[in-house]
Amino acid sequence: MSELRITVNSVDHILDVPESRTLAEVLRYDLGLTGTKIGCEEAECGICTVHVNGTPVNSCIFPAFKAQGARVLTIEGLAQGEQLHPLQEAFIEHGAVQCGFCTAGLIMTGAALIDENPDPDDHDIKVALKDTYCRCTGYVSVISAIKSAAAVQRGEAKLPVNEPVVSEPMRSVSRNEKVQDSIERVTGKAKYSDDFTFPGMAFARTLRSRYPHARILNIDTSKAEALPGVIAVLTHKDVPGENLHGLVYRDWPVLCADKVRYMGDSVAIVAAETQDIAAQALELIEVEYEPIQVVGDPVFAHSLEAPILHEGREGGNLLKHIKVRHGDIAQGFADADVIVEHTYHTATTDHAFLEPECAIGVPAGYDDDHQKLTVYVGSQIPYQDRNQIALALDIPEESVRVKGVLIGGGFGGKEDIAGQIHVSMLATVTGRPVKMLYTRQESLLAHPKRHATVIRIKTGAKSDGTLTAVEAELYGDGGAYASLSDKVMTRATTHATGPYEVPHAKIDCFAMYTNNPPSGAFRGFGVTQSAFAVEGNMDLLAEALDLDPVELRRRNALRVGSTTATGQLLRESVGLVETLDLVEKDMDRSSDFQWAWRDGDIAYGWGIACAYKNTGLGGGAPDRSDAEVEAFEDGTIEVRTSSADMGQGLATVLAQCAAEELGLPFKQVRVLLSDTDKTPNGGPTTASRQTYMSGNAVRLAAANLREMLSKVVAEEIDCPPETLRFEEGLVRHNGSNVRFGEAVRLAQTQGLSTRILQEYYGPKTQPLGTGGDMHFAFSYATQAALVAVDTLTGEVKVLKILSAADVGRAINPLQTQGQIEGGIVMALGNCLTEAFIMENGVPWSTLLARYKMPSIKHTPQITSHLVEHRTADGPFGAKGVGELPSINTTPAICNAIYNAVGVRVFRLPVDQDALYRAMRADQPELHTAWQDVK
Amino acid sequence: MSQLWQTYHLPSTVEEAVDLLTNFAGGARIIAGGTDLMIDLRFGGGHATFDALVDVTRVAEMIQITPNDGWCVVGAAATHTAVVGNRDLEHGATCLVESCGVVGGPQVRNVGTLGGNVAHALPAADGTTSLVALDAEADVAWGDGRREWLPIASLFRGPGISAVDSSRDVLVAFRFRLSGEREGSAFKRIMRPQGVALPVLGCAVWVRLDESRQRYEDARVCLSPVAATPVRADAVEAELRGQPVGEASLSAAVAAAYATLHPRTSKYRATGEYREHMMETLLRRALPLAAERARTGVASAEGVGMG
Ligand SMILES: Cc1cc2nc3c(=O)[nH]c(=O)nc-3n(C[C@H](O)[C@H](O)[C@H](O)COP(=O)(O)OP(=O)(O)OC[C@H]3O[C@@H](n4cnc5c(N)ncnc54)[C@H](O)[C@@H]3O)c2cc1C
Ligand code: FES
Ligand code: FES
Repeated sequence: MSELRITVNSVDHILDVPESRTLAEVLRYDLGLTGTKIGCEEAECGICTVHVNGTPVNSCIFPAFKAQGARVLTIEGLAQGEQLHPLQEAFIEHGAVQCGFCTAGLIMTGAALIDENPDPDDHDIKVALKDTYCRCTGYVSVISAIKSAAAVQRGEAKLPVNEPVVSEPMRSVSRNEKVQDSIERVTGKAKYSDDFTFPGMAFARTLRSRYPHARILNIDTSKAEALPGVIAVLTHKDVPGENLHGLVYRDWPVLCADKVRYMGDSVAIVAAETQDIAAQALELIEVEYEPIQVVGDPVFAHSLEAPILHEGREGGNLLKHIKVRHGDIAQGFADADVIVEHTYHTATTDHAFLEPECAIGVPAGYDDDHQKLTVYVGSQIPYQDRNQIALALDIPEESVRVKGVLIGGGFGGKEDIAGQIHVSMLATVTGRPVKMLYTRQESLLAHPKRHATVIRIKTGAKSDGTLTAVEAELYGDGGAYASLSDKVMTRATTHATGPYEVPHAKIDCFAMYTNNPPSGAFRGFGVTQSAFAVEGNMDLLAEALDLDPVELRRRNALRVGSTTATGQLLRESVGLVETLDLVEKDMDRSSDFQWAWRDGDIAYGWGIACAYKNTGLGGGAPDRSDAEVEAFEDGTIEVRTSSADMGQGLATVLAQCAAEELGLPFKQVRVLLSDTDKTPNGGPTTASRQTYMSGNAVRLAAANLREMLSKVVAEEIDCPPETLRFEEGLVRHNGSNVRFGEAVRLAQTQGLSTRILQEYYGPKTQPLGTGGDMHFAFSYATQAALVAVDTLTGEVKVLKILSAADVGRAINPLQTQGQIEGGIVMALGNCLTEAFIMENGVPWSTLLARYKMPSIKHTPQITSHLVEHRTADGPFGAKGVGELPSINTTPAICNAIYNAVGVRVFRLPVDQDALYRAMRADQPELHTAWQDVK
Repeated sequence: MSQLWQTYHLPSTVEEAVDLLTNFAGGARIIAGGTDLMIDLRFGGGHATFDALVDVTRVAEMIQITPNDGWCVVGAAATHTAVVGNRDLEHGATCLVESCGVVGGPQVRNVGTLGGNVAHALPAADGTTSLVALDAEADVAWGDGRREWLPIASLFRGPGISAVDSSRDVLVAFRFRLSGEREGSAFKRIMRPQGVALPVLGCAVWVRLDESRQRYEDARVCLSPVAATPVRADAVEAELRGQPVGEASLSAAVAAAYATLHPRTSKYRATGEYREHMMETLLRRALPLAAERARTGVASAEGVGMG
């Protein structure tokens, strides 16, 4: 029986495939139905869900032959021709699609639900989608989309979209334009890296280290090379150029030569005819190691006994010491009536984007489309990928083309090199296209994480609540390689006074090398860590001073005219107080408001926390983004830049900026992103910078184009250029109109180029320690959390989050709201569910089953307000939003837990086991977390 | 994914299944829903591969749920979803429905089976806990051709170790008496939001009240994991028999649990101390609920789908 008969999307197939296939493999690889995605192969994430005889199942663990004779329905079979399924439409309308990688899973699971239950309520939806994850949306929009689709399927009207209120909507800006490619994303046609195949493609795998810290004595690849089907096995000896990469410091070997420093280190790479053979070959590579003492945590790393990871490096394991000095710290504490001092611990966490890393290298000259060495990858920084590939291969940058493809989530975790250099080497050596797809388990092992941070923080205030001083010492676990540690920990340090005016501050941060996975960028960029400590201490101060927590924050809140602890005078766009006011209003603090109450065994509590986050690189780093706008005779334009849209909706934002400037209907704007041969460098997609930076570049390019076209048209119809208006795809003058496309044609006949390249430099910033403007903009937010703690089990449930965020301007309000909801739920994971556990450098969290991110059942009721204090130099007043909500959710929840049950959490994630025991023993402090249950 | 098995078989009778296993002489293994097996094969670390997988989900007698004369036979390959959706079970074996209802998410319940839950032999497995409280028996087709009904508890030999060798023997079905007049059951568990999908502690209880409906006539309690295999809490049960339903007997039952059961700390799952207290929390939730169901004769499953 090796003939598989199945009916897929109403088409009968008789397939001759190996009996060891899973259904997901048959669908994706044998039938080319790549709409079904694979996120874990553990039955955890649910994004591979398809229907077998009408029932949703995880196709990743479903043996294909189990479906013998069955009917299978995939995302590709859901629409009726051009007519989208009501769920597909509703997902687009409600903004329930961000990166789109989970979308097929959510829609297929949802489709089974509404077929069975035509009128599901929130509870029914949570039950049905409980094990179908989405890392981007926070599920709020998913719930409303499913309800709306169910209504349509019942023959009723669709439900209204929960559109946020914004001020002064323009023609395109501040309107809810739809995501480019959204139809492709809901129908399964959108292509992510692993969905691409090329004729003759080989498959690659990486041999990872066996120890967290060891010397490599010998590597013998001969047995692996002899395995039939193996095409190439490469080691450090085969790296043609510099065997180091890294975004800030180049300290990370492409392939380890003499030493391994974490379990994810790459020792050898293999290209083979199939994935299986490549995997088998890894087992045949013999590596002799000599283990070295493991540096398991940053405090030990700083001690004299700790072995040095990067031998010969000046500074030893100290990756960076970052200092903030402001005022006179001794005076600050002398002025204080109350001082609180505590130590807080945050956990290492993983981005757990649903798309594991994948890169494909195609050798130079392979075919007409690939004249250069070309790498297909979902990357946050394509130009730096190109640079790093070129250095490692010792070839000019211009001879490499990085083609960004759709990214199934990034959150900071797709900034560092993953397989990009490896596939480039293998493609070059083998002369064939080579794909390297990480398994989920490999992704967990290898890519940089959020820094676990130990924060000792001392805060002083006068009896009226005025803050006088903050002293803090942070130890950040930088892991084995620098990645973005320097920048991330700098942000943790500079934000360690919170969004408050603090006259005296002394903050020291030690970013340390350890034998844990490298730590790097992760939404919130260090500020998520320090805010946990800052906002915890704020509530402790409020308690000590018998002041209201909201009042204490309002009294000290940064305002226009305030100076930050790095000496920056805030001249504009500080909406913090308004966010506090809005959240307080939503909390309904009328006379009978209580911070905490009991109902039987359930203790309820409210907690509040504020946040701020810089937009842009800052700190004196030149911040630049280039973009190009080209106009065509058919009246369309194309916007081009190498900036990443990893689901946050950048493409839409850029299109809106261009449409606004040129008065074009949104659908006449296309956006091309991240192709180093076709799109100029937009800089890294990090630090919440792209709306501001690339948004400005595009806006200016479009404005220049408009000016040029104005002149041409003005000459043609003989009027002053200033009197022309660009509206609705027309260039208008009193009664007469010229079509936009006609204006383009006129310009071209005059030999003018209608392709405008714009270099945009962000406002200048100052390095830390020099005073002045360290950043060109900050965003601000307040959140309140309502929690319910079951006093008989210690279980914590977040019922509500009230949020208000000052984003300058919401260029796409629905998307902005999606960023906020998604950020909140991700941060709820940071607080309650997530910890990447290592035992002396050896990861325990090797499976997604051991790293739980929030599922739909954790989704609280979220109310969010957008506050828009325009920033003068931002595009239409906009500043960053992506990271903001991931900062104050955790402390808001922990403050709520304290109010509810009187136990303060000093270590994340909150452990119900320890919380229960603390409640029972009347212990007011909790210093252990889940990972301490041993 | 490397080849974890070579051939895949879909027998339609128990005999066929046993014959296939016999022919492969240890090289084949039963697969039902695959929700445990596929994960074990991929990530178990033992690099185990099989010549063949023998899929039992098309064996008619193994997927049926058949109530008959106050008893119910549940095929070992009945899915959790099938168990949850069965009205006779909801009323007559409420604890089982409640425990199958919290396994995984819908996609896992749609394929995962009760037999797989038992054969995997983890003491904390949810379906298993309730089957023990229901005093179920298992129908086993041994590789040597014998077929017999055995008390469920006799199948467990240690954590993950079953008397049934899934490369040789087939678990065919379970049977137990459905709750009748004055009988009721309930299942509750404690989960943590982090880490592996097994409960911190599960608790299934079955009770029968006497004619007055005020006293326990009989009780069966399974708290898991408190030992290497799922076991009945004899001392707890003893405190209930003959006692009036109410706080006094409940306290005595709780005290007996504290005195006789000593759950251990398991890494990244729970401390022994927490588990001990959760025995109390769960008994205080499950026992009165089961008694109430017995008293009123009305039982609708709680918490299904919110595992
Ligand atoms: C995401 C996820 C969440 C989960 N959550 C829970 C949970 O909350 N509670 C819980 O208890 N479990 C949970 N599980 C574990 C698992 O789903 C259940 O134990 C399930 O009942 C196993 O059944 P199966 O049919 O899938 O077994 P399979 O994986 O098919 O088989 C399991 C083992 O039993 C053997 N076997 C199966 N059927 C027979 C038979 N009839 N005769 C002999 N041997 C047999 C197999 O050879 C294998 O060794 C979860 C699993 C996943 C992936
Ligand atoms: S559940 Fe199948 S890929 Fe995650
Ligand atoms: S949109 Fe759901 S994971 Fe990205």
